[in-house]
Amino acid sequence: MVGGGGIGGGLLENANPLIYERSGDRPVTEGEEDEQVPDSIDAREIFDLIRSINDPEHPLTLEELNVVEQVRVQVSDPESTVAVAFTPTIPHCSMATLIGLSIKVKLLRSLPQRFKMDVHITPGTHASEHAVNKQLADKERVAAALENTHLLEVVNQCLSARS
Amino acid sequence: MRTREEELKGLGADFTFGFIQVMDGEKDPRNLLVAFRIVYDLISRDYSLGPFVEELFEVTSCYFPIDFTPPPNDPHGIQREDLILSLRAVLASTPCFAEFLLPLLIEKVDSEILSAKLDSLQTLNACCAVYGQKELKDFLPSLWASIRREVFQTASERVEAEGLAALNSLTACLSRSVLRADAEDLLDSFLSNILQDCRHHLCEPDMKLVWPSAKLLQAAAGASARACDHITSNVLPLLLEQFHKHSQSNQRRTILEMILGFLKLQQKWSYEDKDERPLSGFKDQLCSLIFMALTDPNTQLQLVGIRTLTVLGAQPDLLSSGDLELAVGHLYRLSFLEEDSQSCRAAALEASGTLAAFYPVAFSTHLVPKLAEDLCTEESDLARGDGPTRCSRHPRCLQALSAVSTHPSIVKETLPLLLQHLCQMNRGSMSPGTSEVIAVCQSLQQVAEKCQRDPESCWYFHQTAVPCLLALAVQASMPEKEHSVLKKVLLEDEVLATVVSVIATATTHLSPDLATQSVAHIVPLFLDGNISFLPENSFSGRFQPFQDGSSGQRRLVALLMAFVCSLPRNVEIPQLNRLMRELLELSCCQSCPFSSTAAAKCFAGLLNKHPAGQQLDEFLQLAVDKVEAGLSSGPCRSQAFTLLLWVTKALVLRYHPLSSCLTDRLMGLLSDPELGPAAADGFSLLMSDCTDVLTRAGHAEVRIMFRQRFFTDNVPALVRGFHAAPQDVKPNYLKGLSHVLNRLPKPVLLPELPTLLSLLLEALSCPDSVVQLSTLSCLQPLLLEAPQVMSLHIDTLVTKFLNLSASPSMAVRIAALQCMHALTHLPTPVLLPYKPQVIRALAKPLDDKKRLVRKEAVSARGEWFLLGSPGS
Repeated sequence: MVGGGGIGGGLLENANPLIYERSGDRPVTEGEEDEQVPDSIDAREIFDLIRSINDPEHPLTLEELNVVEQVRVQVSDPESTVAVAFTPTIPHCSMATLIGLSIKVKLLRSLPQRFKMDVHITPGTHASEHAVNKQLADKERVAAALENTHLLEVVNQCLSARS
Repeated sequence: MRTREEELKGLGADFTFGFIQVMDGEKDPRNLLVAFRIVYDLISRDYSLGPFVEELFEVTSCYFPIDFTPPPNDPHGIQREDLILSLRAVLASTPCFAEFLLPLLIEKVDSEILSAKLDSLQTLNACCAVYGQKELKDFLPSLWASIRREVFQTASERVEAEGLAALNSLTACLSRSVLRADAEDLLDSFLSNILQDCRHHLCEPDMKLVWPSAKLLQAAAGASARACDHITSNVLPLLLEQFHKHSQSNQRRTILEMILGFLKLQQKWSYEDKDERPLSGFKDQLCSLIFMALTDPNTQLQLVGIRTLTVLGAQPDLLSSGDLELAVGHLYRLSFLEEDSQSCRAAALEASGTLAAFYPVAFSTHLVPKLAEDLCTEESDLARGDGPTRCSRHPRCLQALSAVSTHPSIVKETLPLLLQHLCQMNRGSMSPGTSEVIAVCQSLQQVAEKCQRDPESCWYFHQTAVPCLLALAVQASMPEKEHSVLKKVLLEDEVLATVVSVIATATTHLSPDLATQSVAHIVPLFLDGNISFLPENSFSGRFQPFQDGSSGQRRLVALLMAFVCSLPRNVEIPQLNRLMRELLELSCCQSCPFSSTAAAKCFAGLLNKHPAGQQLDEFLQLAVDKVEAGLSSGPCRSQAFTLLLWVTKALVLRYHPLSSCLTDRLMGLLSDPELGPAAADGFSLLMSDCTDVLTRAGHAEVRIMFRQRFFTDNVPALVRGFHAAPQDVKPNYLKGLSHVLNRLPKPVLLPELPTLLSLLLEALSCPDSVVQLSTLSCLQPLLLEAPQVMSLHIDTLVTKFLNLSASPSMAVRIAALQCMHALTHLPTPVLLPYKPQVIRALAKPLDDKKRLVRKEAVSARGEWFLLGSPGS
């Protein structure tokens, strides 16, 4: 699905990227502390799930690299749908598929099963946008990719809490 | 070598050579540790190395970097770290090795292996302690290149930190060396190199390398005054210029944050001569830049601006009075910001406090009068019915007043203002709200805390505030025909509680002499109604809280408690015998629970401090009789129970022999149908720290191990009681037990765990959600700290935690999921059989209706996914 090259050594594709600010923790509201009030799953909640994913090559999060943004998250709790668009830092980024896969896996592990999820590249921001989107939308290819030990290792590293 | 040093040294370099031959090829870690130690001694005790320096280096450095993993079940207990440290001691022991070692270190920093990088950087750091310019000279460019690369590109924060530390010691080493007059100063050229490589990154505040560059420069500048000068004088003008070139707030913020970092470094070096200070030339520019930041709409930029102002203000004699006036004006404005810039307002208040301690005059001339005016204006606004302004400005003004009370001369202005404000509220035509009175008291409390450091201010505060507060309270407690409702605000539980903490804070730090003066007024006020020392003392009735006084007067015993229970232990209390009897009487009388509890606490507080002897025994006997009489009959049982609880606590804290008796009595009440649940909760009070009485700050006798001791003395009995108790009161025992365990330091609990664990697991099935919650919070740290013991119960733990993750109580669901998360710290092989089941079960709480529960479920499930999976 993607090559493992470029990870863990050699030159970085983009050694000095733009850095964006991290948003703070979501403040806990009174409603959230009230046992009775149900809190629906909203865009910020989805964004909180994916913003701390580590970038495969920088010691930075996807949020700090502006790869994911809250405005590019669409969610409908009643209809059980989530759509996340992500923006690679450069149009030829070879990590795009890997980043997409990490986002997808994070959502698969963190959202109720009822959700139908769509992870794709922000239109017009990557050279091989359609190919990547197609790979990410194909359930079987995602499943097959996660059978690959090396790939799973990299994805797990992206999803591990930073030490 | 220890006993025959002379003879061995007589052998000259032959001994060294012989040793090298013996050591060569050694593999056993035990021998290596000894060998490294010998080499270290050879060098440090000045044995002759002769022509064998390089050989000696070779024979030791071939082990660098150490790559050793102790075998499992290693009987010798030699750790990798032991070898690393002893080899490092050898390598960094002499400058003679420099020409061989530095190339090796550079090579290993450039390697791919993380541990080799770390070890090399740390060794380099150690070497700088003994090296001089001569040793480093030829290697500086390569060393810098390697460090720069590591800091710019690393994925590991530890490598970055070690790289910065190494750069810092390198620079320090270069700054330290004494120069020959004709030699080139390596420090200057080295710093110029660093500047050249980092400068241009500072001009791109959005890019990733900006921070690594700033950190490198700051690490070098932190090494010596000379380095700091050199770098600051180059970087500051650049950053000042960049600030103006970039107009976006977030870019400006990054630049200002860098400036702040460099300014902070200045504080490390003191300059005796005013003109030498490198900052004086930039002062005006820095000030105008800070003021721009303070007026920027971006909160983050404002925050950095406030921090920079604080650091700049802490530089002695830098700011002019004009700068200060402007600064105070900005801080005043920021102290009244809207609700959504809470963090900024808090920072502005903190900065005001810090700066006011340096520049009291500026703050009393420019800030205090404005705040005073605000407090008065609001009164007239109030008359015009201008509600909202008053609500928002009022508390802020109070906070600002207490925040700047960091200098004795300012306290002399702010304290009268606050007290006067309180009196006016009391006298005013409209009823002050509870929250407003509390706000004033909280401000007083903060001022009191700030006064504690200075004995003079402390006495000033006590002497001024305490009589005034007592007078207001006494007046409020008087039976009055009109306005009676309004004045009662002061007597509400919450308000009295804040007044209590003001009085306690104002008393704890008094010197015994002054405290004796004060106690001679206050005790007679309560016992005899002697009001002569109060500032305003024309009341409509008599003050007799212990006799037939109204219930309002009885409530004021809490204020007496605040005072007498905070006194130093050696202050003698007049009429103590009578006071104790009155307190005991009041504690068990059927008035409102607030006053009887206050009396019980006051009694307990005095009991705790009273020296052992006949009088103490008498007091105790009186108390026990009172408790027993109260517990046996109907109407005062709960008051008697409260008294028992507090007296027990007072004695447990000081290890008094009678405490075990009273604890047994308390345990007996666990099966009492009426008082059982209260007794269970009582254990929480016994084990926790109080805020108002029986505190260490209030000079109470609190032995440090009292919790451990209570645990050892009483837990076996609690466990026995649990097994013997009838089913319906079992939860009381569990609850009591979990309170005790919860407060216990974990190291004490760990060895006891095997015997208690079965009980705790049973407690998880207890239907009481308080017991569940406290058991979960007890088990959670144990999962992290005693994974081996907990592994034996994995099956029960998984089942019960998963069950509780569906509890109707949100707090229990959260705690259960946190325990599920903590389970992942158990050894992976123990967990793997449960992985599929857990992952399936945790899918359900992912759809919990509460967001806080979902959050815990997400992190627990994420960790379970990683178990035994590659890359985790």
